[in-house]
Amino acid sequence: MSANKPMKWRKLFEGLSPGRMRRTLRLGLRSLWLHRLRSLLTVLGIVFGVCSVIAMLAIGEGASYEAQEQIKNLGSQNIILRSIKPPEEQKVSDKGSQSYVLQYGLTYTDVQRIRSTIPGVTVVLPARNIRDYVWRISRRVDCEVVGTVPWYPEMRNHEVAQGRFFTEADMQGRSSVCVLSAEMVPALFPMESPLGQHVRVAGNYYQVIGVMQPASRVVKNDEAQESGKTVLNRMFIPLETAKLRYGEVLMRRRSGSFEAERVQLHEVTIKVASLEDVAGVAEAIRTVLERNHKKKDYEIVVPLELLKRAERTKQIFNIVLGSIAAISLLVGGIGIMNIMLASVTERTREIGIRRALGARRHDIISQFLVETVLLSGAGGLLGVLLGVAIPFIVTYAAGMKTIITLWAPLLAFTISALIGVVFGLYPAFRAANMDPVEALRHE
Amino acid sequence: MNAVADPILQFQNVEKTYQMGAVKVLALRGVTFDVFPGDYISIMGPSGCGKSTLLNVLGCLDRPTAGDYLLGGENVSGMDDDALSAVRGSRLGFVFQSYNLIQQLTVLENIEIPLYYQGISEEESRERARQLAMRVGLADRLEHKPFELSGGQQQRVAIARALVNDPLLILADEPTGNLDSVSGLEILRLFDELNRQGKALIMVTHDNSVSNRSSRSIRLRDGNIESDVRQ
Ligand SMILES: Nc1ncnc2c1ncn2[C@@H]1O[C@H](COP(=O)(O)OP(=O)(O)OP(=O)(O)O)[C@@H](O)[C@H]1O
Ligand SMILES: [Mg+2]
Repeated sequence: MSANKPMKWRKLFEGLSPGRMRRTLRLGLRSLWLHRLRSLLTVLGIVFGVCSVIAMLAIGEGASYEAQEQIKNLGSQNIILRSIKPPEEQKVSDKGSQSYVLQYGLTYTDVQRIRSTIPGVTVVLPARNIRDYVWRISRRVDCEVVGTVPWYPEMRNHEVAQGRFFTEADMQGRSSVCVLSAEMVPALFPMESPLGQHVRVAGNYYQVIGVMQPASRVVKNDEAQESGKTVLNRMFIPLETAKLRYGEVLMRRRSGSFEAERVQLHEVTIKVASLEDVAGVAEAIRTVLERNHKKKDYEIVVPLELLKRAERTKQIFNIVLGSIAAISLLVGGIGIMNIMLASVTERTREIGIRRALGARRHDIISQFLVETVLLSGAGGLLGVLLGVAIPFIVTYAAGMKTIITLWAPLLAFTISALIGVVFGLYPAFRAANMDPVEALRHE
Repeated sequence: MNAVADPILQFQNVEKTYQMGAVKVLALRGVTFDVFPGDYISIMGPSGCGKSTLLNVLGCLDRPTAGDYLLGGENVSGMDDDALSAVRGSRLGFVFQSYNLIQQLTVLENIEIPLYYQGISEEESRERARQLAMRVGLADRLEHKPFELSGGQQQRVAIARALVNDPLLILADEPTGNLDSVSGLEILRLFDELNRQGKALIMVTHDNSVSNRSSRSIRLRDGNIESDVRQ
């Protein structure tokens, strides 16, 4: 009997010749169609399993793509240092001692130290951020004035759309020029082109020489932080000009009391020569800053680390999703097997008749196997269609980005068809191994 | 004349035992007989004497426990399951007491089933099934389902199905058992006609009037042949 096994398998494939297959398929379709509702209910498990996995994968893929895109916009070769108010100082100033001048944050000396002691650092980008109103005649916009250096656009992947960014000459000459972020232009210049016009900040006039690209993708924490409010309005001026205009003491008005802060640099972006060095340089910077700051009045953001963390998160997400997929397909497969076993019992008489009329075991096997594969394949297809449709609806309704990768639906469909084979084999063999005489006697 | 021709079927000391737990049931205890072309055999005997068992072995649905069974010169007692299926499909025709049609298939499709497993093309199967349906008088019922037919009509579909592969021998287990006398008679006339055209028939029956139509009558008792009479 065991010597017969390979021969039987070969015969099973013989039965898959095109003409024979067509008739077997038609027979299977008919018998499934005869029990339409039952067939539908049977495959629902697979439909929902496949559909939810594809949809979740597309949504997850979209979300992680956006996150990675945002991180990449910070520059994966960059390390960003920011000045933050140390927590204990914050408390004191909140209690409101009126003439208290708070000094904290990154200094020009820090930048100097980093540049001179850490190898691998190519470009350093310091920035001062001052929150203020920008005026154009009688129009006013709440804005962050950023004093920075001419290579800002290149380092932050943020390009100039109109006009130009300021140059080294503007910097040295402490010129009163500015570049506006695209978002604030309509509010200030509803009718005219801003280039060449002047805006006023704290009594000083600046000539607009450029407008940045709309920064829809720029990371949110890159914006004004303390209010938590997302401010896309930024006005870039040369760092030297900012130093001249604002000095080192910033006055802020907050609920009636004055609060003075002395911050030299709000933000420093450091570009590392090569990607491999990023981790090492970040570590070195940490050490240097720790040694020179008594309080933790700065933070270090390493986009590359964030990127790696995001990738790891996505991996975990995919593993979880894969397990859910496996479990739901398993459950779906068991559902199909259950129904097929019931169907085999119900059709015992038919099996007996077919066997008496010349059907070999493998004819019966292919008949039932074709039915299960049709069921699970149809379930998979339905699931794929729904699963591909849902991300479109999500994108349309919720505005979330979704990405359908080609392999997900293909894999899901193939696996669900395979489920049909795996879970169909047992019922099919059970049908084929019935004794013809017993089967014919079955009521 | 029959005695001159070679037998189409030979049974030599065929035994069939069923193991029921510790008890052995001897359903056939060494049955020996030959069947010749054109034979019309009725098998009779009290309930439980082994008629159905004999027919199952004859029909290659069951293997004998001992003894030899030669069908058309081939020894089928040692064949494997696939070979037996092939023999059933190509050499034998079955007619059952309870018709045994597949309910979701039409008359034509039911008649075609044996040809499907013989690998005969769809067009040819369709044509042969159509001819046989006409021969048994069901030309106007081709697309009907079995439950739309009377018992007699269903049995005629079964006979057409038994004929479609042009078998060596037709086996019938109480084919009129579920029918009223009128439709039973129609079926018997159909069998008579088939036999006149040269088909060999073996029919199990309880009814003397049925057995009177046959050319040879075998009586079984307790798994043995009690008498084998040509009439
Ligand atoms: N599958 C089986 N397992 C065990 N014993 C069986 C089996 N099939 C038949 N038998 C026994 O074999 C003997 C012959 O049974 P069989 O069905 O051939 O009788 P029969 O002559 O057809 O009877 P009836 O006229 O009632 O149909 C009986 O004693 C029966 O109990
Ligand atoms: Mg019987």
